[in-house]
Amino acid sequence: MDDKFDAIIVGAGPAGCTAAYLLAKEGLEVLLVERGNYAGSKNMTGGVLYGPVLSRVFPDFPLNIPLERPISRHVLTFLSASSAVSLDANAAGTEIHNGYSILRAKFDRWFAKQVEDAGGIVATGLLAEDLVMVDNRVTGIVAGGDEMGAEVVIAADGVNSLMAQKAGLGVRLAPHNVNQGVKEVIKLPPEVIEDRFNVAPGEGAAVHYLGIGTEGVHGGGFLYTNKESISVGVVVQLKALMEHNLRAIDLLESFKGHPAVKPLIKSGTTVEYSAHLVPAGGRDMMPRLCTDGMLVAGDAGAMVLATGRALEGINYAMASGMAAAETVKQARQKGDYSRQSLVQYEAMLADSFVFKDLENFRSAAGFLDNPRLYRAYPDLVCGLANKIFEVDGQPKKKVWQVVRGELKGRVSLWQLIKDGLAARKSV
Amino acid sequence: MNMEERLALNKYDVDNQAHIRLEDGKCRECSHKACLIICPAECFKLREGTVSFAYEGCLECGSCRVVCNEGGLDWSYPRSGFGVSYEYG
Ligand SMILES: Cc1cc2nc3c(=O)[nH]c(=O)nc-3n(C[C@H](O)[C@H](O)[C@H](O)COP(=O)(O)OP(=O)(O)OC[C@H]3O[C@@H](n4cnc5c(N)ncnc54)[C@H](O)[C@@H]3O)c2cc1C
Ligand code: SF4
Ligand code: SF4
Repeated sequence: MDDKFDAIIVGAGPAGCTAAYLLAKEGLEVLLVERGNYAGSKNMTGGVLYGPVLSRVFPDFPLNIPLERPISRHVLTFLSASSAVSLDANAAGTEIHNGYSILRAKFDRWFAKQVEDAGGIVATGLLAEDLVMVDNRVTGIVAGGDEMGAEVVIAADGVNSLMAQKAGLGVRLAPHNVNQGVKEVIKLPPEVIEDRFNVAPGEGAAVHYLGIGTEGVHGGGFLYTNKESISVGVVVQLKALMEHNLRAIDLLESFKGHPAVKPLIKSGTTVEYSAHLVPAGGRDMMPRLCTDGMLVAGDAGAMVLATGRALEGINYAMASGMAAAETVKQARQKGDYSRQSLVQYEAMLADSFVFKDLENFRSAAGFLDNPRLYRAYPDLVCGLANKIFEVDGQPKKKVWQVVRGELKGRVSLWQLIKDGLAARKSV
Repeated sequence: MNMEERLALNKYDVDNQAHIRLEDGKCRECSHKACLIICPAECFKLREGTVSFAYEGCLECGSCRVVCNEGGLDWSYPRSGFGVSYEYG
């Protein structure tokens, strides 16, 4: 192995591309390996890219980046079997864009191109099959039957991370800590999208649904507007699918047919169907993130925040990619890629919003496992709203009387207080 | 839209060999057969008391790998260059 790289990065998602880009820009010899025929071809996200991390990597953000629409309307909707109640944060006409919708096949491809332009070698259509280990130290990868050596390997290979697992790191995925997302991309003309979602030309909406209108399973739905399409999907815990004996695709179909969703996607043409897992166990499922000669970044290290409102993984993936690049840079100066040297990566993350958010929301995963969230509460909120707006010729009740009436048979007052306290603590 | 039509929307480079393999004995005895409902591409089918598998429409999500605790599944990604390619994602 004479043609040894400074760093081999496995996976050209946001974590791997960030790390590879920053290292290539520093002049390191970088190989980014991606199994898809182009970066993004194996990937799916809701997807809204939140937060400012990308602007730290690309100062001219959001220029020259294939983003779909800046999100000027964030909506959280409680969905019962037949009705819906929404919280609608509308920032139309202001400069406040907390996020952009993206499509991964375009976004990741662009990102990998930046790596190439910065001098990194990007090998797409190449599956990393194994790690090369010498005395328990990672010294390279095996891909296409060939060994390729490197001072350090960054496993940025996503939720199923076979690379991290081969090194004895990696997440222990189990039905209770992983959610399955299934999604359709539905084509519609831009003006129709803007009309239906009540946004200005070029702007977009992100609608999150608590409850998917069926069966009270642990899951939620989403609608995101792209330039010329809508991303529609449901995300459901694997355990919930098993327990309720339900297929995600049936939930997606009934979600699409819900009276509050159907008019928004009417007459659109489905052009793609995708599925992906997302780690949802939060801080508790995070593994060790380094060993001799290797770092783990992004979903491979379960750095995703699931709060019930939304899934956020891309900015954590990029932030961990940044920390990994910085760690490698410093390890190179020291000439030391041992675990003792690389462990600085974990410290860096612990000090950043990545661990802080995940730590802060540590109890969210447990809280979100509460079945009342997906049936009783959406039903309750929708029932309440309907009653409050109802004019039926009967003497009007005060709001609290309505609340007590709607609670009856759904949630006891004690459960409501308990869940309220848990929500305050967890999400 | 049935599953076949749904998967036909996607682009695939289908390999001539399967990237996921089942062990018939294990599947026959498996009490939950959770792969049947968990696979978003419906690659698993119940046939004569055991489970048969068609890899062609696989979306490479890994769900079957997570729910199969009976050791009936030998899971990997498709070989380099094969499998699904999303154009939107
Ligand atoms: C339904 C759904 C909705 C989501 N919505 C959002 C959202 O709205 N906002 C948000 O921020 N996050 C969202 N997420 C989470 C987000 O998609 C992930 O957190 C993020 O993509 C993680 O990035 P990553 O780079 O770590 O991994 P990935 O994006 O998964 O990238 C891993 C890459 O590694 C490649 N790879 C894997 N194994 C190998 C190998 N052996 N050899 C070569 N290449 C390999 C893969 O092909 C892939 O390109 C969502 C996730 C799902 C499933
Ligand atoms: S869960 Fe595993 S062992 Fe059980 S039927 Fe499915 S593949 Fe076979
Ligand atoms: S990886 Fe996903 S799509 Fe492929 S067979 Fe397993 S569950 Fe089905």
